Amino acid sequence: MKLKRLSAAVLAASLFPVAAQAADVEVLHWWTSGGEAKSVAELKKMMSAQGVTWKDFAVAGGGGDNAMTALKTRVVSGNPPTAAQIKGPAIQEWGAEGVLADIDAVARAGNWDKQLPPVVSRVMKYKGKYVAAPVNVHRVNWLWANPEAFKKAGATVPKTWPEFFVAADKLKKAGIQPIAHGGQPWQDATLFESVALGVGGADYYNKAFVKLDKATLAGPTTVKVFETLGKVKTYIDKGAAGRDWNLATAMVINGKAGMQFMGDWAKGEFTAAGKVPGKDFICTDAPGTQNAFTFNIDSLAMFQQKNPAAVQAQAKLAATVMSPAFQEVFNLNKGSIPARLDTPMAKFDDCAKKSSFDMSAASKGGKLVPSFAHKMAMPSATEGAMVDVISQFMNSNMTAQQATERLARAGAVR
Amino acid sequence: MSGSSSQGRLGALADRWLPKLVLSPTLAASLIFVYGFIAWTGWLSFTESRLMPRYEWAGVVQYQALFENERWWTAAANLGIFGGLFILFCLLVGLLMAVLLDQKIRAEGALRTVYLYPMALSFVVTGTAWKWMLNPDMGLQKVVVDLGFTDFTFDWLVNPDMAIYTVVIAGVWQSSGFVMALFLAGLRGIDDSIIKAAQVDGASLPTIYRRILIPSLRPVFFSVLLILSHIAIKSFDLVMALTGGGPGNSSDVPAIFMYQFAFTRGQLGVGAASAMMMLFTIVAVLVPLMYMETRSAKRV
Repeated sequence: MKLKRLSAAVLAASLFPVAAQAADVEVLHWWTSGGEAKSVAELKKMMSAQGVTWKDFAVAGGGGDNAMTALKTRVVSGNPPTAAQIKGPAIQEWGAEGVLADIDAVARAGNWDKQLPPVVSRVMKYKGKYVAAPVNVHRVNWLWANPEAFKKAGATVPKTWPEFFVAADKLKKAGIQPIAHGGQPWQDATLFESVALGVGGADYYNKAFVKLDKATLAGPTTVKVFETLGKVKTYIDKGAAGRDWNLATAMVINGKAGMQFMGDWAKGEFTAAGKVPGKDFICTDAPGTQNAFTFNIDSLAMFQQKNPAAVQAQAKLAATVMSPAFQEVFNLNKGSIPARLDTPMAKFDDCAKKSSFDMSAASKGGKLVPSFAHKMAMPSATEGAMVDVISQFMNSNMTAQQATERLARAGAVR
Repeated sequence: MSGSSSQGRLGALADRWLPKLVLSPTLAASLIFVYGFIAWTGWLSFTESRLMPRYEWAGVVQYQALFENERWWTAAANLGIFGGLFILFCLLVGLLMAVLLDQKIRAEGALRTVYLYPMALSFVVTGTAWKWMLNPDMGLQKVVVDLGFTDFTFDWLVNPDMAIYTVVIAGVWQSSGFVMALFLAGLRGIDDSIIKAAQVDGASLPTIYRRILIPSLRPVFFSVLLILSHIAIKSFDLVMALTGGGPGNSSDVPAIFMYQFAFTRGQLGVGAASAMMMLFTIVAVLVPLMYMETRSAKRV
C-alpha cells in the first residue's frame, strides 16, 4: 500500500515537474562560506516574506567552476535555474547562447539606470536589455598594511610607487617580509592590475584592458608596468608559490609581512581575527591609484522560464536583489559594498565607507574600471591568455619587453 | 530420448548465444560512452564551440589556436619530460628491485608488500604527501637545515625550472613498486632448468640475468610500457595535487590544459582539440607497441 502511494507520488512528480515549481525561485550560487552563507539566508528570508519558495542550489568549490559545470548541464537539458551567480562579460557570453531572460520591465519600474553607475549597468545588460541584477561591489585595488610592522621599520604607508619601494626597503631591513603574496595565477593578475592602474592611470587601463587596443598594449607604458612589477617581485618570498590568499593575509595580520595587494574580501580575514580597521590594520588604495577604482561585481543572471508563475517569481527576485534593504544587509555580511549608489552606509565600517565614497567619485571622474583579474573586463579566452603571460612573467626571468610583446599577442585572442 | 536431444540443442544454443548476450551490455556501453564520446569530442574540435557545444563546422581554427598557444607547448614539453623520465626510472627501479627480491631472500613477502603499498594510494594522496615533503619551508629542506647544514637548498617544488621533476619523483615513488611486481612475476615464470643449465655451463649470475633472464622478460616490458605510457599521458591528479600546474604554469600538462580550457575558460573547442591531440599521442605510442608485440608473439 505504502509502496503504491510512493510510486504514485513519484509518477505525479515526474509528470508535473513544472507545476511543482510554480512559485519557486531556484538560485545557483557558490556563496557557501560563513559570511556569504549568512547573506544568502537573508535573501531567502526576504523571498519567503513575499510568498516565494526559495530552492537553494549551492555548488561549492573551484571558485565557481563546479557551479558553472552544473549550470551548463541544467541549461543543456532545458531546465535552467531561475537565476545563477554569473558576472562580468560571462553575462554577455550566456546572452549570446540565447538563454537569458529579459528583466527590463522590472529594471524600468525600479529605475535601475539611475541607481547604478553607467559602467556597472552596462555589464548587467545584454543588447541594451537588463538580464542580470548586481548584488555587490568588491574593490580590488586595495593595499592592506600592518601599521605595527611599519612603525617597527620606521616606514610610512606608501601613496606612490617610489614611496612604495622606499617603504619596502625599510621593511626588508627590519627583517619583515615587505609583501605577502600567493603565487597563484589570479593573485599574480590581481597584483598586476593594481600596478597597471597605478603606473598607467585609468585611461591607459581602459584602453589596454577593456578596449584591448593593440597599440596601447604593446606600448611603452606596458613595458613600464612590467618593469615595476618585476621590481615588486623581488620583495616577495620564495614560499609564495601556490600559497592561498588568506594565508598571505594571515602573514600581514601577525606582522610577518608588511603589506598585501588584495581585494576587499581580505577585510573579512582581518575582522575574523578580531582586528579593527584603521587601528590594527590599514586599508588604502594601491600606490598611485587614488580616486581610481577597479570593481568586481557579483550578480545574479536571470534565465528564461517557461512557466508564467516562474517568470513572476523571477521578477520578484530581481526587484528584491536591487532593493536597498537587501543591498545593505547582504553587503554588511559579506564585506563588500552595495552596487546601488543610494544605499545608506551608516552601518558599514571605515574601509567600506571609503570604498563607497571612492566608487561614486571614480564613477564621476571616469576612473571606475572593471577588474580583469576577476573576469570583469574581457572575454574569458582573452583573460585566460593574459593571465598566462602575467603568471609566466612572475615565475621566470622573462624581460619586461618580452612580456609586453606576449601580452599584446594575448590581447588579440578571442 | 527426444527430450534429452532437444535439451542438448537448447544447451548448444545457449552456449553459442549466452556469452554474446552477457557481453552485449558492456559492448554497447563502451561503444557509446568511449567511442561515441571520442567521436563527439572530435566533432566539437572542428566547431566554434565556446561556453557550450555548437555544431556548425568551422574547420581547423581550434587546432590553429591550440598550436599558437604557448601554454600548450609548455604542457606538451612537460609531458615529454615527465613521460620519458617517469617511464625510464620506473623501469630501472622496478627491474632492479625485482632482481634483488628474486635472490630468495628472507621476508620477501613483507618486502614485496612494502614496495607495492604506494600503489594502493591514489595519486592525489601521493601528490599531497610529497607536496609537504618537498615544501622548502616545512619539508626536507627544513629538516636538513635544522640538522645544521644551513646552506642546503632543495626548492624544486617552487622553482619554475625544476617543478616538473618533482612530479617525476612522486610518480616513480608511486608506480615503481607495481612495475617491480610485474617483473618479479615474469622472473618467477621462467623455467628453472634454463638457469640450471646456464650455471652448469659456468655462466655467472650477472651474465645469466643480462643474457637470459632479462631478454626473456620482453613481453613484460611491453605490458609495463603500455601501462606506464598511458598513465603518463593522462596524468592529471598527481600534478594537480603536487604543484597545481605551477609555479605559474611551469608544470602544466596536457590533461590540465584540456580541463581548464574546456571547463573553466569557456573554450570548449580548444579543449576538445587538445583532447584529440592527447588521443593521437596515445595512439602514436600504443599502436607501434601493440604491433610489435603481436608480431613477436606470432614469431614465437
